[in-house]
Amino acid sequence: MSAERIDRVVIVGASLAGLRAAEALRDEGFTGRLTLIGDEPEPAYDRPPLSKQVLLGQVAADATALPLARDVDAQWRLGTAATGLDLDGRTVLLADGSKVPFDRLLIATGTRARPWANEAEAALEGVLTLRTSADAGRLAALLDAKPRRVLVVGAGFTGSEIASACRERGIDVTVAERGPAPLVGALGGVIGEAAARLQRAHGVDLRCGVTVTSLEGDEAGRLCRAHLSDGTVLEADVAVVALGAIRNTGWLEGSGLAAGPRGIAADAACRAFDHNGIATDDIFVAGDVARMPHALFGYQFLSLEHWGNAVEQARLAAHNMLCASRDRRPHLWIPAFWSSQFGVNIKSIGVPTMGDEVVVTQGALEDDRFVAVYGHRGRVIAAVSFDHGRWLDFYRCLIESAAPFPPEFAGVDRPPPGTVPVPACFPDPSVPSHGPTVTVSGYAPSERRITFTPAPA
Amino acid sequence: MTAPETMMRRIADPAARPDPYPLYEELRRTPVARQDDGVYTVSTYWEIRSLLNDPRVSSQTRPPLVPTPSGARSMLRLDPAEHDRVRRIVTRPFGPPHTPRRVFEMRRGMADTVRGLLDAFADKDQADIVDDFAYPFPISVICRLFGVPVEDEPRFHLWTESLLGAADFGAEHKPDPHLLDPDAAKIEMGGYLAELFDKHRKDPGDDMFSALAVDDGPDGRLTPPEQVATGFLLLIAGHETTVNLITNGVLTLLRHPQELKRLKDDPDLAVPMIEELLRYEPPVQYLPNRRTMDAVEVAGTVIPKDTDVNLMLAAGNRDPRRFPDADRFVPDRGDVEHLGFGNGVHYCFGAPLARLETRIALTEFARRVKGPELVADPPPYRVNPVLRGPRHLPVAYRGVRS
Ligand SMILES: Cc1cc2nc3c(=O)[nH]c(=O)nc-3n(C[C@H](O)[C@H](O)[C@H](O)COP(=O)(O)OP(=O)(O)OC[C@H]3O[C@@H](n4cnc5c(N)ncnc54)[C@H](O)[C@@H]3O)c2cc1C
Ligand code: HEM
Repeated sequence: MSAERIDRVVIVGASLAGLRAAEALRDEGFTGRLTLIGDEPEPAYDRPPLSKQVLLGQVAADATALPLARDVDAQWRLGTAATGLDLDGRTVLLADGSKVPFDRLLIATGTRARPWANEAEAALEGVLTLRTSADAGRLAALLDAKPRRVLVVGAGFTGSEIASACRERGIDVTVAERGPAPLVGALGGVIGEAAARLQRAHGVDLRCGVTVTSLEGDEAGRLCRAHLSDGTVLEADVAVVALGAIRNTGWLEGSGLAAGPRGIAADAACRAFDHNGIATDDIFVAGDVARMPHALFGYQFLSLEHWGNAVEQARLAAHNMLCASRDRRPHLWIPAFWSSQFGVNIKSIGVPTMGDEVVVTQGALEDDRFVAVYGHRGRVIAAVSFDHGRWLDFYRCLIESAAPFPPEFAGVDRPPPGTVPVPACFPDPSVPSHGPTVTVSGYAPSERRITFTPAPA
Repeated sequence: MTAPETMMRRIADPAARPDPYPLYEELRRTPVARQDDGVYTVSTYWEIRSLLNDPRVSSQTRPPLVPTPSGARSMLRLDPAEHDRVRRIVTRPFGPPHTPRRVFEMRRGMADTVRGLLDAFADKDQADIVDDFAYPFPISVICRLFGVPVEDEPRFHLWTESLLGAADFGAEHKPDPHLLDPDAAKIEMGGYLAELFDKHRKDPGDDMFSALAVDDGPDGRLTPPEQVATGFLLLIAGHETTVNLITNGVLTLLRHPQELKRLKDDPDLAVPMIEELLRYEPPVQYLPNRRTMDAVEVAGTVIPKDTDVNLMLAAGNRDPRRFPDADRFVPDRGDVEHLGFGNGVHYCFGAPLARLETRIALTEFARRVKGPELVADPPPYRVNPVLRGPRHLPVAYRGVRS
């Protein structure tokens, strides 16, 4: 234990990261007062099923609760948003006007869905985003009503999973994607091509290189058609806007933390930076809202919108906020996530978005069963598998040992000789799209020193 | 002076069969060890697991333990992508996504069989858990599942025993005089299976072999020789191992009477208990069928290319770096990701079936058999060091509940 007594720990954001941190704090022996503040009224639930089992009608939208692994003996302030942070006074301000003092604070406010920019169009019946269980309940009900056509705007992971659920339920679906292929922001153009083939083979009307310019409603205010940038007009009753996520940092504006639209910058021990780029000792960050440097990836700041990352950082933050400074552990988790769509289990490990080149090392792209490895300056940086997830541990070792790229080995299910790396074809990150689920954002914790002003989202 | 005995020879020695675990402990002191004959043993948990998921390690390059007829290989001895294709085809009539309820729907028939076997205990005050319980039960299950006439059971019992008993494990032991010559057994059993698949092709039932003989999925159908190779594998893998798991279960429970009582009071305990059993007394003790296709570094040791590797599952299951108190039987240890069913692409195909069978067998044994006690401890074991289990398990008791 550090010299200072820690009697009060406050966690803002009572979802996956918040819950896991609460458990870890008690596991680590914290016996003081623990408060969880969350703006959603319902107890924490799991999000990955919301775009999968829930849309298939296999699980009810309100039935994905996250079970607590242990009694955490906490004060729960659910349905109450945090609206401000007083760094010097070590107090969190709540929407109901109350103030909650802390010795240690964990910020785990995650992200929210990027809304459709035109507010009037976004308000049409049948237009929605997918982030919360309420969203999933609405979308599932809309799908139950057998819409003529669903339009999915944005072919990132969430959009692709929604399209997959529609097809599995026999519903016509159009996917409109600004980039050249689905998943291109996360996995690049080569694997994106494989994803595009998969979508089309399952009957998705996939349109790449187009944007949706407007959504049109009927007199009753219900969505009836959409206009695309190539001039096409599409009849649709449902439009799901899947354009990526925005980090929930607005409540920290003016707090003095290095918080902005790209998240809250922290060091590898999960300690938040203030706007001078100095690590605080009492404020910790975990989950989708965090970005922190990673030793294996050139100490660049990574933002990871991954389930496993939230769990890992939550545990780490809990440990580091209680222990003595020399016992702090660094964030060394190798990024990993999964997705299931069109009957294929997709897994990723490492940071594909850093890859310059990609090469298939097992299986074959055209069979939708393969492992592809990404290289960055001659070393292995990531691997992605379609229905080949069992091998990824081997590739994790290659990433951890900075193995040379392309990896050379004799093994099972190797592609024919002469298979060579090709450019991974990531789109220019400055072009807005649905956004990848991993973003790499340079080195500095706060881009502008001293006069840090977060840009609008 | 004679050369020092290699560890694999000491493990293969029938004298080690009742308790091989001290040998495994010795083996784990060198997690990756080269034996005198050039074979490497890998005996610690993480190292075994990583090799089971390493694409540089093949299951195809070593000759089969049970030689298959007609040159076709079963999935057990195939590498991806061929392995994956065969496994998908065989999974289609067995489990999700295509046939998600097949195993679940067998539970009633299983319960009836177990009830009948235990009813027969009532006439006696002693039974052999192997011959009277653990052996006949899974046989009747797989006969129904696969579509093998039950009356043919004595024939393939003899064939599989002859094949397994004859496999060379490096130890000198007298072959059982009742057994057939292994080549003859192989030919006879191959002929029998070819005929059986023919019969199912002409007159398919709703069993798995019929489905394999006539159904076409997205990957097409197995060739007739592939069907026979699959039949061999399923009949052997689906039976011997389950017999040993049930027998090891009864043995372990009788050695831990307080756990037997807990199971009797709380049948749901069977679920974690069976996982612990697969860790503590795994029916497949090691995998003698892997070979490196490239140099592979594990735990600081480089296994050269083209080297035979034995993956010592039972040793890894007792690795204290992985499981605290590894030598104790703790039915409700939460964290019990054992290697008893292997890992990676060859992870046991029949695991859901084996779990359900063993669950029904052990809960019913605990519930119904009054005051069971071991007659001999240790019991006599089979010679096979890979598929290790008691040959007989005589148990005395004081009646049977209804
Ligand atoms: C539909 C969907 C599917 C997904 N599928 C996968 C998948 O297959 N694989 C994978 O790896 N990941 C997946 N993810 C991502 C994964 O769910 C997230 O990485 C994870 O939820 C992050 O957890 P978190 O606790 O950091 O953030 P969140 O889950 O976003 O939780 C943050 C919480 O804080 C609350 N909050 C925000 N602001 C405030 C405030 N000011 N005051 C109080 N409370 C506040 C929010 O309402 C929310 O409850 C998916 C996500 C979604 C939405
Ligand atoms: C307790 C019982 C069982 C145990 C301990 C067991 C154990 C194992 C192990 C360790 C493997 C991995 C082999 C390897 O990696 O080389 C395996 C594979 C296999 N098992 Fe089982 N098994 C059991 C029951 C069954 C049953 C009931 C069936 C059939 C219905 C079955 C069918 C198979 C098949 C077909 C394979 C090969 C899978 C492949 O190569 O992909 N097993 N089993």
